[in-house]
Amino acid sequence: MRISKTFWIYTILALIGYAVVQMLITNGQLDMYYANLLITIAINIILAVSLHLVIGITGQFSIGHAGFLAIGAYVSAICTMHFHLPFIVALAIGAIAAAIGGLIVGIPTLRLRGDYLAIATLGFAEIIRITFLNIDYVGGAAGMQIIQQTNWTYAFFGMFVTIVVISNFTNSRHGRACISVREDEIAADSMGINVTYYKVLAFAIGSLFAGLAGGLFSHNFFIIQPAQFNFLKSFDILIYVVLGGLGSLTGSIVAAVLLTVISLYLQDFPETRMIIYSLVLIVVMLYRPAGLMGTKELPDLFKRKKGGKVHE
Amino acid sequence: MEWLQQLINGISIGSIYALIALGYTMVYGIIKLINFAHGDVFMIGAFVGFYGLTHWHIGFIPSLLVAMIICSILGVLIERLAYKRLRNATRIAALITAIGVSLLIEYTTIFIRGAQPEAYPSDAIFSKTFTVFGTQITSETIVILATTIILMLLLQFIVHKTKIGKAMRAVSHDMEAAKLMGINVDNTISATFAIGSALAGAAGVIFGVYYTKIDPLMGIIPGVKAFIAAVLGGIGSIPGAMTGGMLLGVVETIVSAVGFSTWRDAAAFVILILILIFKPAGIFGKNTREKV
Repeated sequence: MRISKTFWIYTILALIGYAVVQMLITNGQLDMYYANLLITIAINIILAVSLHLVIGITGQFSIGHAGFLAIGAYVSAICTMHFHLPFIVALAIGAIAAAIGGLIVGIPTLRLRGDYLAIATLGFAEIIRITFLNIDYVGGAAGMQIIQQTNWTYAFFGMFVTIVVISNFTNSRHGRACISVREDEIAADSMGINVTYYKVLAFAIGSLFAGLAGGLFSHNFFIIQPAQFNFLKSFDILIYVVLGGLGSLTGSIVAAVLLTVISLYLQDFPETRMIIYSLVLIVVMLYRPAGLMGTKELPDLFKRKKGGKVHE
Repeated sequence: MEWLQQLINGISIGSIYALIALGYTMVYGIIKLINFAHGDVFMIGAFVGFYGLTHWHIGFIPSLLVAMIICSILGVLIERLAYKRLRNATRIAALITAIGVSLLIEYTTIFIRGAQPEAYPSDAIFSKTFTVFGTQITSETIVILATTIILMLLLQFIVHKTKIGKAMRAVSHDMEAAKLMGINVDNTISATFAIGSALAGAAGVIFGVYYTKIDPLMGIIPGVKAFIAAVLGGIGSIPGAMTGGMLLGVVETIVSAVGFSTWRDAAAFVILILILIFKPAGIFGKNTREKV
């Protein structure tokens, strides 16, 4: 009961937040610039949370998330631009295509561990990018023209669904199985948990939401190019998860919000931005290898301060 | 004779991969870390060589030596400042740090000198084309092959005949036991980084001579491909890195030659995934069983 109560409180708070922002946008108090910033934040949160499921919860170190973002982006763009499907259908098809991509990539590679898995996912992401580069149907290197369709409503509900599904998955029986795989693969295996199944499942769900983010991402610009999905994009997503704390959902959300805002202010100085990013990454790894939040969630921090006042 | 020509081109690019791959494989053999920054050490080597040739006018061989020295200092600095603290950290933490160091080197270089590419002077080494059995062999190709062979022989000598080489082999075999036998593990690891980075620096200079165009982000793709070459040959194995590099260079050239040049980079990744799935130990690697 308690879990469902907090769930409804958060849902209502989120919807109020959505309604306020939507009202400000309709009334023109938030201009295009800030509306776009909010959409970008929502997309980055989806990416961070979906990668959090793969790295933070299941412990599978994937650095090829931009590949699934690219699948979602291109497939949904093809649906809207070539087949003139409604945007919401295109988003769903893009997400499903990315999930299928995740299955195809995940089944062979998830047998690998640690460094090898990282390099293999990087390799697959590059293969996906090079494939799009070589398909003339989607414009090749020149890119693909797209009509902007993403708005705050789509971005918000995409983010909302992602967070709800992934946090519920984490707290379910399947989520606990994934955590046991992260903690000790051999022990989990000997306890009768189908390690490969859960790895592939987490990977496919992560890819699904990365594909959803891809659909929102591509329709937020007027053009998409394969170069936007190179491994620097994968590293960007990785940084959200690592900085926020490996295993902390709220941590990765906070990191995604902060870094999106910071990188917006530093967009005129891309080198400075990357130098700061990399220094922060190195320093955090040297002094706090579990990330800023560790596996703690944001409400846990308040709980400790107020001494259990949150849950009576 | 077309195929012989392609084979020679493949071996030229393959020897650059092999030189970079040696650094990866030696470092991985000792501390089990994929040193992502290795490709950027290669880039720094290319730039030092460029400044040596165009600004300081010291000629090809001194430029090569200066690049190797500066790269080995850089390699040791990276190891001492970043990786040393991570010996007992998780693999993910070490890997993320390596990615961070890589980005830091790339963007610091761009910050200092801008992102614009540079072109190696065409008269870096005497230019002449020889025709042997109907194939065109340029003097650049000969210089690349000669440099690679000399460096590899030197490396074999260091690893197998000197005291530091013996220490390196001991540490990579069993770090704890080596420590108990009185080997200074920290110095040995630093020496490994120094040698590996010097080879990457040399690879950078000969890359510049061969392809002429260099830029601050040039290290990423050859770096990743050299890692693939190291995995292909069996990571941790020095002859494996040499064979893997050559093989990868030849395969890439063949893929380009049959008309799929835009798929060339994908070919390397396909090889990587196939080798990881079917023979993760690589050509020369030993199969290791994972213990609880």
